[in-house]
Amino acid sequence: MTILEATNPVDTAETAAKDTIKMKEADLNEAATESDHKTVGDCFVENPKFSVRDANVYYGDKQAVFDVSLDIGENEVIAMIGPSGCGKSTFLRCLNRMNDTIDICRVEGKIELDGMDIYDSRLDVVPLRARVGMVFQKPNPFPKSIYDNVAYGPKIHGLVSRRVDLDEIVETSLRRAGLWDEVKDRLNQPGTGLSGGQQQRLCIARTIAVSPEVILMDEPCSALDPIATARIEELIAELSENFTICIVTHSMQQAARVSKRTAYFHMGKLMEVNETQKVFTNPDHELTEAYITGRFG
Amino acid sequence: MSSTLLLALMFVGFITIYKLGRSRSLALATNVGGARYLNSLPFYYGMITVLWAAIPALILLGLWYAFDDAVIQAIVVQHLPAEIREAGNTEIGLVLNKVRLIIDNQFLGEPPEYMTVAAAEINKLTTLSSNLLAALIFLLMSVSASVGYFRIHPQMKARLFVENWFKLALLICSMIAIFTTLGIVLSVLLESIKFFRSVPITEFLFGLEWSPQNAMRADQVVGSSSFGAIPLFAGTLLIAFISMLIAVPVGLMSAIYLADYAPTKVRSTVKPLLEILAGIPTVVYGFFAALTVAPMIRDLAIGMGLDNYMTVTSESALAVGLIMGVMIVPFVSSLSDDVINAVPQSLRDGALALGATKSEVVKQVVIPAALPGIVGGFLLAVSRAIGETMIVVMAAGLAANLTANPLDAVTTVTVQIVTLLTGDQEFDSPKTLAAFALGLMLFVVTLALNYIALHVVKKYREQYE
Repeated sequence: MTILEATNPVDTAETAAKDTIKMKEADLNEAATESDHKTVGDCFVENPKFSVRDANVYYGDKQAVFDVSLDIGENEVIAMIGPSGCGKSTFLRCLNRMNDTIDICRVEGKIELDGMDIYDSRLDVVPLRARVGMVFQKPNPFPKSIYDNVAYGPKIHGLVSRRVDLDEIVETSLRRAGLWDEVKDRLNQPGTGLSGGQQQRLCIARTIAVSPEVILMDEPCSALDPIATARIEELIAELSENFTICIVTHSMQQAARVSKRTAYFHMGKLMEVNETQKVFTNPDHELTEAYITGRFG
Repeated sequence: MSSTLLLALMFVGFITIYKLGRSRSLALATNVGGARYLNSLPFYYGMITVLWAAIPALILLGLWYAFDDAVIQAIVVQHLPAEIREAGNTEIGLVLNKVRLIIDNQFLGEPPEYMTVAAAEINKLTTLSSNLLAALIFLLMSVSASVGYFRIHPQMKARLFVENWFKLALLICSMIAIFTTLGIVLSVLLESIKFFRSVPITEFLFGLEWSPQNAMRADQVVGSSSFGAIPLFAGTLLIAFISMLIAVPVGLMSAIYLADYAPTKVRSTVKPLLEILAGIPTVVYGFFAALTVAPMIRDLAIGMGLDNYMTVTSESALAVGLIMGVMIVPFVSSLSDDVINAVPQSLRDGALALGATKSEVVKQVVIPAALPGIVGGFLLAVSRAIGETMIVVMAAGLAANLTANPLDAVTTVTVQIVTLLTGDQEFDSPKTLAAFALGLMLFVVTLALNYIALHVVKKYREQYE
């Protein structure tokens, strides 16, 4: 819990007030809109799982993400924080091409997964999405039974041929999502009948049932109460042993608790990437500092 | 005073009363510190005064219109010559009809003296009645409006009162459809019972032959008639089945294309175009079926040599079914498109993020979630297919053949109802009454279909949210 203590917002705010010259809101905005910006911190890692170079995303004429370059390491948990509308969710959705579902969305730049360009025109998104799973902000279980929700992915990918194997995948996935004990007696009841936190864990179980390599999480706890949130955070810590996890969150405490590295986005630009502990105690960028001390956002 | 003028004046009266009530509440409000200290908004005090004035007046108006003709008639009958009054109700009715003709200036020749007198009396009484009514209404309105007006005080719960009356009005509106249906069922039921007195119900339900015959004149000799409804229902189901065979797949798939595959541009052009199809009068479809499609199908069937094995006619169930199917396509596609669009994007995203292909998403997530609505659309389509008359009349003929051969001429229940009821004939013959029995059967069958389908949907629905 050292990280948690160190990043108590009140503490940080006090240090910030003592040590730095206070910037006015206008100055901050000016700094943010500088056209020629450079991401500070360590964007790159050895042997990255994902490597993103100069990614630009447009919704029609409006640009949402500007020149983002970032590496995501194998089996690391990286948190993306930043004020609303800063492009962090858009960026996350680029990583498994979920933005394809939006007609007017256009992605430029290079995004590679294990050295494979995922925006190659010859690439099929179906296997890509099987490798890069996603958990959404609002729990979205299918209107099917709990069992069928988890079995859906393995079924469509033909991962199993026998019923017993499928049963086993369902059980393992539910166990790893920490849901098994709560639902093992009612696997045939609709997944939509579970509570919000259970639904979200069901969605996580559904995602890990296809054994992805990366799990993208888009504010997975924002619709949940604190207890359910704590369960999911524990789960992320356990899952990080086997999966690479990118999590977008609005809660700085959550980012501090679950992630190894943190990326700070501001108005579509990636401002800073650093070890989480550093971001929350001694950030390199003035905007990051302004954000984590609560001066805007 | 004419009733239009009366109603217009009443309306003006209501507006005035509304203004009076409203300004009274405002005037009272100044004593207690302004409009914010009133229990309700000034609007409601105006409305409550109007309701006070309107409800008794409208009740009086309704009662008056319901009974004034009868009262006037009774008075006039009292003044008719004694020999007519004693001749019985039929004779009185005839005389009264003639008197009405005199009033409308349509009586041919010279009417007898007593009829002219009666006509003049009716005219006089009618004028008197409407004037009396107007006077009474306005008297009642001013009395009740004043009561309402002086009952206004700042603590009065005007909003609750007005809203309760509006609730009642809403309830009445929702009841109208139900009671109308009930009335229709009852009237059909009563006529059907008359029919079943002359034709046994078992013969009607299970008889395999339909040939209603009826003597036009007492001395006419006709063949024996039979009233077996099976061929009609078989024909109806055959045609409905063929049309659903076209409408369901085509409609559903076009809905899926429009909702999940079509680019916005295509969708915004194709959807309105499809809906235009729904606006084409069925007669036009009938022409097309009878003049183009049916002969084409016959020629095709003969070309293939099918006429050696089965009956091939130029009026065929197939032609009607095909065209009816096309007619229903926009119906199915429009309704399905709406429900498919209502499936939340988050469900699609969830499946896509698991690596499902677009078609897997549609087949396994979207359609199951939209199923209740889609089946609802199918049901409406089936009832349209069963109820459709015009295309069948024009292209499938009137011959009640009991056949499963789609190239043969068949007829449907609705077509037979139309043919039974058109033309000049006695209204209480079995032939005419059979139409009501058919209507009743049709009603029962569609009701049963709906009931079954609703239960099926309830069982298999996948509920989202």
